[in-house]
Amino acid sequence: MSDPLFSNKNLKLLTEPLGKSNPITVQVLGICSALAVTAQLKPALVMTLSVIAVLALSNVIISLLRNTIPNRIRIIVQLVIIASLVILVDQILKAFVYDVSKQLSVFVGLIITNCIIMGRLEAFALGNRPWQSFLDGVGNAAGYGWILIVVGFVRELFGSGSIYGYRVIPDSWYMTNGGFYENNGMMILPPMALITVGIIIWIQRSRNRELIEN
Amino acid sequence: MEFLKKFFERTEPYVEKGARFHWLHSVHNGFFTFLFVPKTTSASGTHIHDYLDLKRTMTIVVLALVPALLFGIYNTGFQHFKAIGELESSGFMQLFFYGLLKVLPIIIVSYITGLGIEFIFAQIRGHEINEGFLVSGMLIPLIMPVETPLWMIAISTAFAVILGKEVFGGTGMNIWNPSLLARAFLFFAYPSQMSGNSVWVALGKNDQAIDSFTGATPMADAAAGNINFSPADAFFGFIPGSVGETSTLAIILGAILLIVTGIGSWKIMLSTVAGGVAMGIVLNIFAGTNIYMALPFWQHLIIGGFAFGAIFMATDPVSAAQTEKGKWIYGFLTGILAILIRVLNPAYPEGMMLAILIMNTFAPTIDYYVVQGHIKRRMKKVKISV
Repeated sequence: MSDPLFSNKNLKLLTEPLGKSNPITVQVLGICSALAVTAQLKPALVMTLSVIAVLALSNVIISLLRNTIPNRIRIIVQLVIIASLVILVDQILKAFVYDVSKQLSVFVGLIITNCIIMGRLEAFALGNRPWQSFLDGVGNAAGYGWILIVVGFVRELFGSGSIYGYRVIPDSWYMTNGGFYENNGMMILPPMALITVGIIIWIQRSRNRELIEN
Repeated sequence: MEFLKKFFERTEPYVEKGARFHWLHSVHNGFFTFLFVPKTTSASGTHIHDYLDLKRTMTIVVLALVPALLFGIYNTGFQHFKAIGELESSGFMQLFFYGLLKVLPIIIVSYITGLGIEFIFAQIRGHEINEGFLVSGMLIPLIMPVETPLWMIAISTAFAVILGKEVFGGTGMNIWNPSLLARAFLFFAYPSQMSGNSVWVALGKNDQAIDSFTGATPMADAAAGNINFSPADAFFGFIPGSVGETSTLAIILGAILLIVTGIGSWKIMLSTVAGGVAMGIVLNIFAGTNIYMALPFWQHLIIGGFAFGAIFMATDPVSAAQTEKGKWIYGFLTGILAILIRVLNPAYPEGMMLAILIMNTFAPTIDYYVVQGHIKRRMKKVKISV
């Protein structure tokens, strides 16, 4: 009650999901969308923002309602709230960034089924106050998001030779123009996203040994 | 040799624990035991060892690869001078040295990248350097098209060694054959460099190919519906293809060495060939008007990478099936899949690589069921006395 807004405990809710309890690399949730939308940086970024919005808001709403939701129908209530928020996000994307929305296609709608969101509602929002739930939502979605952005960056750079749609590898380097370079076609394919996520997990665990399972 | 031995013995104190160059200890140990028989003896467990340790095994496989390598070098020159129409006016040595200049850089790049990574990992993890890469480093150049850019060789080698081997725990722990993984990586990452008609024959920028030159491999031709290779050429290896895979004869020489020394499993080799033949016959029966399907079944064995894969790739003792019955199943399915993919899937001109990788994946499953079947059979004989 008397906790200041940004007490250490609250800040931890925000920062821990970025590293030690990262939803993708540690809890291994939300992998499907991480593979699907990361061929380029832009969709990965938009996906990240959408998930942050949906997760933070639904966490707050559930947290506000947590004492009035009958326990037996809580899942369906959560789904209704997530679904409404996702539709909202989808409409906003369609209105303002139509091309990206097309690229993301069904995956915006599939945010509903993203296990991270359901998981946080169940595990956190149902038992905590709105402000803490908000921080937890932002933290987890950001933890999910930075992985997406890193993977998107790597895949776009090596797969298409560009970053955020801007060419960074000079045209004259390409073999078709007499150079020596060629884009890595495998980076565009989903397996390489999985491998990139795997490498991130590998790096994280070799730096932080307590995460290694026995 | 004596001064080499002295050098290693004298430098030994410098790499001991706590000494200044301790960080080089696995490199030191790796070279020392590569040149000389290790002087350490077992402290526990098994005390009687076969003289045939991992290093000697690997050396024999490399020896078995030499005929294919030499012929591959020669064939690289042969195809080049044939393409520019100067075959008659060029001597044997000219052909050979042209090929050597093309192939040697690939071998060097493959070894430097792969061994460099192995050394670094051994150093970080503090264990001995494994010799597994001695063979992989030789296999990789032999299964690449000769015109593959060197940096691609380096990337694919690094990919195969790091993600195919080191993440699983190093030599002996890998699920897939590392050298095939390198090739598969290139195949999917840079398809324009791994297939088509322009990558199999070395042509300089200023070389003018003769009019009748296409550069297509027999399989590319066959997939396009015209068979134009003579079985003799394919058997002796005067056809375009990856560096070491063309000459079935050279590969058989290697196979003999592997079988005689007992290092390669003859069961896998034989069953792979049997699988290929069986599938070839089935395709022949149902061929109809399809020219590729009607290709006599035995000719499948001498074109493309089938022979090379069956002898040197499928028999990799780590990634193949381990049980004796499992080896028959594993090899037979590899042969069937290779021909099946080759003939019926237009997207992949050669099926051997994919077939072996698929079967590598299933090898542990095959072994599991063989062992379970064995247990079940034996359990029936067990009399339970109450």
